[in-house]
Amino acid sequence: MMPIGHYIFLSLTLLVVGAIGVVTRRNVIIVLMSIELILNAVNINLVAFSRYYGDAAGQVFALFIIADAAAEAAVGLGIMIAFFRNRETVLADEMDLLKW
Amino acid sequence: MHSVVQGVLAFVQAWWVELLCAVVIVLVVPLLAGYIVLVERKVMADMQARLGPMRVGPHGLLQPIADALKLLIKEDLVPGDADKFIFWFAPVLSMTAALTSMGAVAFGPWFQVARDINIGLLFVVGISALGPFGIVLGGWASNNHYSIIGAIRSTAQLISYETTAGFALVSGFLLAGTLKVTDIVKAQLDDHAWYVFLAPVGFFTYLIASIAETNRAPFDLPEAGSELVAGYMTEYSGFRWSLYFLAEYANMIVVGSVGVTLFLGGWLRPFPNVPWMAWVDVLPVVLLAAVGVFCVRRAGKQPARVQVLFMWAVAAACLVVALIFALAAPVRLAPLSFMYAGLYGAFWFLLKVSVYLYLFMWLRFTLPRFRFDQLMRLGWHILIPLALVNVLAVGVMLALYLNCGWNRWLATALTTIATLLVGMLLIRWNDQHAAAASASIASDGAQEEDAYAG
Amino acid sequence: MLDSLVFYFFASIAVVSAMLMVTRRNAIHSAVFLITALLSTAGIFLQLRAEFLFIAQIILYVGGIMVLFIFVIMLVRLDVALPRILSPRRKWVAISVALIVFLEAIIIVLMSRKIPGQGLLVSNPYPSDKLPPNTEDLANSLFGLYLLPFEIASVLLLVAMIGSVVMAKKRTDAP
Repeated sequence: MMPIGHYIFLSLTLLVVGAIGVVTRRNVIIVLMSIELILNAVNINLVAFSRYYGDAAGQVFALFIIADAAAEAAVGLGIMIAFFRNRETVLADEMDLLKW
Repeated sequence: MHSVVQGVLAFVQAWWVELLCAVVIVLVVPLLAGYIVLVERKVMADMQARLGPMRVGPHGLLQPIADALKLLIKEDLVPGDADKFIFWFAPVLSMTAALTSMGAVAFGPWFQVARDINIGLLFVVGISALGPFGIVLGGWASNNHYSIIGAIRSTAQLISYETTAGFALVSGFLLAGTLKVTDIVKAQLDDHAWYVFLAPVGFFTYLIASIAETNRAPFDLPEAGSELVAGYMTEYSGFRWSLYFLAEYANMIVVGSVGVTLFLGGWLRPFPNVPWMAWVDVLPVVLLAAVGVFCVRRAGKQPARVQVLFMWAVAAACLVVALIFALAAPVRLAPLSFMYAGLYGAFWFLLKVSVYLYLFMWLRFTLPRFRFDQLMRLGWHILIPLALVNVLAVGVMLALYLNCGWNRWLATALTTIATLLVGMLLIRWNDQHAAAASASIASDGAQEEDAYAG
Repeated sequence: MLDSLVFYFFASIAVVSAMLMVTRRNAIHSAVFLITALLSTAGIFLQLRAEFLFIAQIILYVGGIMVLFIFVIMLVRLDVALPRILSPRRKWVAISVALIVFLEAIIIVLMSRKIPGQGLLVSNPYPSDKLPPNTEDLANSLFGLYLLPFEIASVLLLVAMIGSVVMAKKRTDAP
């Protein structure tokens, strides 16, 4: 039986790596993928605590997060495709139409 | 370090049966896939009034060995501009997904690697959902237009029919009440009926979806030779191609196993609950003994010495296995009694999977290929609504049988007729819609660019 | 013993894949490394005896969302390696802030043992042989206590499906 600190540490590591990916990368698709990584890190945390308390609520929450991530990925990629068709770019730096 | 070694030893001691099953799967399935190819070529030849491979080995029985040797010694070509890492990774992923999904398939009462796993058949379905990755990554890594088009079409087809297959399986799970593989077969034993009789629309929807899932004709446009060279497999040669090929045939075994377990009674013999039909149990022995005697009689008539020896070896193997089957029945030694159920169960299971695969081959050599938009229309417009309505119908049937006390067969007949009516309405509506769409396209002239158009 | 071996195996693959994912120039390579990271996360779910979530992760996340990502990357032709002109100073500021937040969280988790009554670290976990069968337990919760969020999630998925189809469809009529 692993002490729960291990799972928290793993979850934190993945979260921070995902956060670095979101902030550092220019390609918006890779930003979206890093967001998926962050959601996964949260899932690990939830499922670890669910196991340690014997309560299924954590796993139910994780299942909802997976469903939500799917919806968000679909809509986000739809927006990306629509934007790419107009502007021919996927770099976050060049999406500056709202800049003054 | 010492504790790691101890831990590993304890693991092997506790799980040696499952590890042995896993080793057998990894060793036997590629060989089995090769022989399924031979059977397919012979069946194709039979349906086309010719003989098929006859040269290598007696009646072509060593053809898969020759093919495997040829593929192993072929030059390994990697296209110049291909992405080397993904070019290597894609066939490995396909093969891994196909073999891993066999982990939860129970070939008999005690032959299962992931024993008693809670999610059972869902494990098989889910891991085989990793198959399309090998295809789309392989097609992309080849840096070839035909490969990418074939890969995208194939993946789109696979993910579309996965939904249909899932819904069709849900109707079976409703009847079984569990996802565990052994419990599903036990439920069919307790209910005194194979689930194909209680949910026939589900079985046939699963059959069609599984043909599309494995890229078999009539759904094999992505790998059609006359259309796309070889689709996503174009740039792969030698051993890499054989990995894709084996993955496809291993997938066929997997979908066959899932269909047989859930709908055709798994490893149960026909009429397992009827005691006076117990004479069916001698069928394995009789069949194997007949094959052995046939080989003995034909051994003397072979032209070459090595073929004579081969026939004698096959005859000896068949007769020995028949003897093992025959002994297991009356002896039923206490430590080996589990083998009795296991051997006979495995025989019936493999027989049923062979019938399922024969159906695949029969359809391949009978029906012409679907065009891609027809394929997608069939999947999304007809089969998914039909599978959804089928789940509803099986639920209604169960409610009528369990709660209202109706006769099970009456409820099944009524709900099946209702589902088939809905199916016919769907086909009629779809035909009208397709006719209207093509009429509007013809009148407009300008069409929007469709990435999937043939 | 075997538990911790399995955990370290999956955890190391997850972390290495994640780090490789955020540093690749080629978007398809990033996607492949995200697939391996997600598969190892699924392995960790399996090690935590959450079998249904393991297979849900594989079917939905890996088999659904990642296929979507790969399709979009291929169809929009984003796999060309782009030159990186993000100024290095901005990148290092971002990375150092993230690492500081990480260190803070680790310190909180480690120090919580000294905070009486907070109970952040579970001292006696639920015994593994008393765990109910996972699918049945999850189904009881999902269709019992959490039925309303379940229905709302299905509406959410319907809305997302319609929205993404509308947004990604090509406009053939004049605006």
